[in-house]
Amino acid sequence: MTGQINRLPSGGIIDRSRGVRFTFDGIVYDGHPGDTLASALLANGVTLTGRSFKYHRPRGILSAGSEEPSALVELRTGARREANTKATMAEVFDGLESTSQNRWPSLRLDLMSVNSLLSPIFVAGFYYKTFMWPAALWEKLYEPAIRRAAGLGRASQSADPDTYEKATAFCDVLVIGGGPAGLTAALNAGRSGARVIVADENFALGGRAIDDAAEIDGKPAAQWVAAAEGELAAMKNVRIMRRTTVFGTYDGGTYGGVERVSDHLATPPAGIPRQRLWHFIAKRSVLAAGATERPIVFGNNDRPGVMLAGAVRTYINRFGVKPGQRAVVFANNDYAASTVTTLKRAGVEVAALVDSRNAPSSYVSGIVGAADVRLISGAVITTVNGGHKIKSVNVRTADGRSIKLDCDLVAMSGGWNPNIQLSTHVGGKPVWDDVICSFVPGTLPPGMVVAGAASGALGLKDALDGGAASGASAAGATGHKPAGISVPSAVNESVAISPLWRVDGCTGKSLVDMQNDVASSDIELSNREGFRSVEHLKRYTTLGMATDQGRTANVNALAIMAELTQKSIPQTGMTLARPPYSPVAIGALAGHHRGKEFKPSRRPPSYTWTKENGGKFNETGLWLRPSLYPKSGESDWLDTVKREVNTVRSSVGICDVSTLGKIDIQGADAALFLDRVYMNGMKTLAVGRCRYGGMMREDGILMDDGTVARLAENHYFLTTTTANAVKASQHLELCHQWLWPELDVQMISATEQWAQYAVAGPNSRALLQKIVDPEFDITDKGFPYLQVGGITVCGGIKARLFRLSFSGERAFEIGVPARYGDSLLRRLVEAGKEFGACVYGTESLGVMRIEKGHISGPELNGTSTARDVGLGGMVSTKKDFIGRVLGDRPGIADPDRPALVGLRPVDRTARLRSGSHFLSRDAKPTAENDEGYMTSVCYSPTVGHWIALGFLKRGPQRMGEIIRAYDPVRGGDTLVEVVSPCFVDAEGEKVRG
Amino acid sequence: MRINCPCCGERGIDEFSYYGDATVTRPDLTSPTAMAEFVAYAFERANIPGPHRELWYHAAGCHLWLVVTRNIATHEILSVESARDVALARNANAKGSA
Repeated sequence: MTGQINRLPSGGIIDRSRGVRFTFDGIVYDGHPGDTLASALLANGVTLTGRSFKYHRPRGILSAGSEEPSALVELRTGARREANTKATMAEVFDGLESTSQNRWPSLRLDLMSVNSLLSPIFVAGFYYKTFMWPAALWEKLYEPAIRRAAGLGRASQSADPDTYEKATAFCDVLVIGGGPAGLTAALNAGRSGARVIVADENFALGGRAIDDAAEIDGKPAAQWVAAAEGELAAMKNVRIMRRTTVFGTYDGGTYGGVERVSDHLATPPAGIPRQRLWHFIAKRSVLAAGATERPIVFGNNDRPGVMLAGAVRTYINRFGVKPGQRAVVFANNDYAASTVTTLKRAGVEVAALVDSRNAPSSYVSGIVGAADVRLISGAVITTVNGGHKIKSVNVRTADGRSIKLDCDLVAMSGGWNPNIQLSTHVGGKPVWDDVICSFVPGTLPPGMVVAGAASGALGLKDALDGGAASGASAAGATGHKPAGISVPSAVNESVAISPLWRVDGCTGKSLVDMQNDVASSDIELSNREGFRSVEHLKRYTTLGMATDQGRTANVNALAIMAELTQKSIPQTGMTLARPPYSPVAIGALAGHHRGKEFKPSRRPPSYTWTKENGGKFNETGLWLRPSLYPKSGESDWLDTVKREVNTVRSSVGICDVSTLGKIDIQGADAALFLDRVYMNGMKTLAVGRCRYGGMMREDGILMDDGTVARLAENHYFLTTTTANAVKASQHLELCHQWLWPELDVQMISATEQWAQYAVAGPNSRALLQKIVDPEFDITDKGFPYLQVGGITVCGGIKARLFRLSFSGERAFEIGVPARYGDSLLRRLVEAGKEFGACVYGTESLGVMRIEKGHISGPELNGTSTARDVGLGGMVSTKKDFIGRVLGDRPGIADPDRPALVGLRPVDRTARLRSGSHFLSRDAKPTAENDEGYMTSVCYSPTVGHWIALGFLKRGPQRMGEIIRAYDPVRGGDTLVEVVSPCFVDAEGEKVRG
Repeated sequence: MRINCPCCGERGIDEFSYYGDATVTRPDLTSPTAMAEFVAYAFERANIPGPHRELWYHAAGCHLWLVVTRNIATHEILSVESARDVALARNANAKGSA
């Protein structure tokens, strides 16, 4: 440990009274609260922080903000390890472990930097050109090799132990950015009484006013910022949100934000999330997001020690750190000249100010004169010498001579790009501004105003003025009139600029996009090969496609392409930014929606009994439906299914069918309404009777099926499939509210209000007679097949009894209010003991419905019609109903369409598999010969072999034909016989009696 | 995007689900050109940028169907009405003109 050799004895807004200890690549360093990882590393003299994405070039710290493309590190270890974190944004804390990325075996000795020597083949488009053939080697060889060589940090392989949450906040004015413009905007909006949120991505407010150690109201900016912050904090209508990035603009005044609640702590305190995703709902917004400095494109401009000039000032002024001992400042504008003054004040030697402009402005002359620094006008840096550390730079002077200047720091500035991203997310087009040589917001999202550097007003006074006016007007637009606009005094820096995008005649790579390793030469190649539009350029070279979205790269790249194609920059165009402005962790987007909080379970009334009795569940939508009730001695699921099915068919079984959707419909027009939504007639259904019904979509495809029970003249109770319960309810509401609002009908979902059990089998009546109160006659005469009625059970509990059968056996469904569901099941099981009754689940239910040829999910697949599933005869021709007309359209009325049949293997021991395709016995297995497919299969304990349902071309006319069930995926090719879909009790005698 | 539900007030878009065109009217089964009319009703859409009337459902709310007039080029929402009210007015107009 060598100590904080570059920490200045005073200055900055760090807490010098306390220290924090952290590690980088295993070495222990000290810093102070208020440091970022970048500032603390620089204080300790660490400039090499990582290796670049493609060429493994040594990289250091370029910036001091969220635009950082180079200093990306891994933070923490184990399950909390996070990759690609910007060292310039990460706050240091005691115990922080950080490591460099994309180097092997070590940062200083990186063997992969051989890529740099191979760079001629790693140019733009090299993946497309190089690894063409043989294609088979892609997955085995090329891709793994490329992935090992390229890339950045490693994701943790473990589940994230921290929690994330989502929140919504409403305000009159959302101020995005807490720099000078944002603060005067928040102050003036806040003083009017408007509800204000001011959000800044940084952990401290003040922005460039502090970074530049400016003067506001005759005081150091830090003092003014502290006072402003104090005033805002005291206002009850203002909320200050630090560490909060507003990353996206959405429609209707909605903004997305992410608050890094605990990222600056070793672990989140109990009950506190790591990050919080915000929806800001704002009537107005002030975009005061500042500007990002542009690098200049010259040879080796990505070496550790080449920094943005504004960042150099930030490290000195805000963090009290000098990033080098001897600097060269290289700029094309006035604003950067103040870097000379700042460096001198910090005791850094300044070798020269290299100004690309031929005639120095009086502003620049004044600064270099006062600082006694050499000014080299009309000159450019062509190359940076040195690898891990800068040794010198080559400067080409106005008269073409090359001179070498020794230095270990280059502070460069190509001008500033307003941070316009949030103004473009909903389609706003930026416009080119010749004064600052960059894009400024053009058309703005509704409700947004822009202030300060984000609007192109780079000077401090303009920022303060613009912020104040914007804050007041935004508040005014929400009905809050400020007493008057108050603006602190300040002066504008000179921001005069003369464009310089890249330096020609350089040696070494001239980087444009540092995160994706795209060089100036790649843009030239892209131009030569015809990829000239900005959208092509971006995709061909990957420029601007890294996690920083090219914030330091895009404008330079456009300018270079404009120069190459001899067009203006606005003519060349601009790719629009999409959210997020800076990367957002997936964890934050997910929030609490993980595991069961993403997909909670709905438990049916039989849940507890099933658990107690070793039953298994399967997930149907959110429902946990009991699937099987294995008994000891049963070797596999098929044993269990055989026993359950045999028990039902020979005696009696009980099944929880509560998860079916249930809808209660009442009203004078209920009968008419149901007639219009079901394909079969419902008006004729007598009170006290049930009927099977099918619903179509308007396009004639089957939507859902279920039963309709008429409880009273104007009162119906219908069921839907479990999976379609929500969809069916929404559909019925649409029919009622939109298609036929004049009908007197009301409906409500009653799925969760009723526990319902099927009691099926020859002994079902005998069992139920022990449960149903004796005054109710449930004999076949008193309660025939398809009867429904209100009864009481177990001594006065109100219940409903339906004589319905899905199994094909004599069967009932009994419904009780859901709170009695568990008790009823226990009473049914108790009463069933003398009959050897079993409880069965969805597996046996499914087997019995296939045995009976009843359709279910695999047949109701969104492409089948009533005719396809053998229900054509049910479709009414006497009334209008949803799907009536289009159900007859050509194509779906085609008699050649595959229709429902049953299938059994010719070799009765053969197993069938759903998804197999049907072929005529002698047809070749080609797509043209495909005649349909198997939808549902099961082993039938009742008939003693595998059986299936499927859709076969002209199937009903092909009974007895032998065809092939062809299953190339699983190697199946089985001869099957086409039979009726009903395998058990084809006459339907058993349900009666 | 925010939708101002006539029943619940302004709510975030995640509470609503989009359904489709609210400018088409379900044809009459007895029309001699019923098939063509139903095909147009179910399938044919012009998709013209600008204000568009469309059906939304307040699924995670009051279960009201809504007619939302939205500029489909900018997503600006111009009005939100209860679909039932719109439908009743539509039916009344149809009767009046018949």
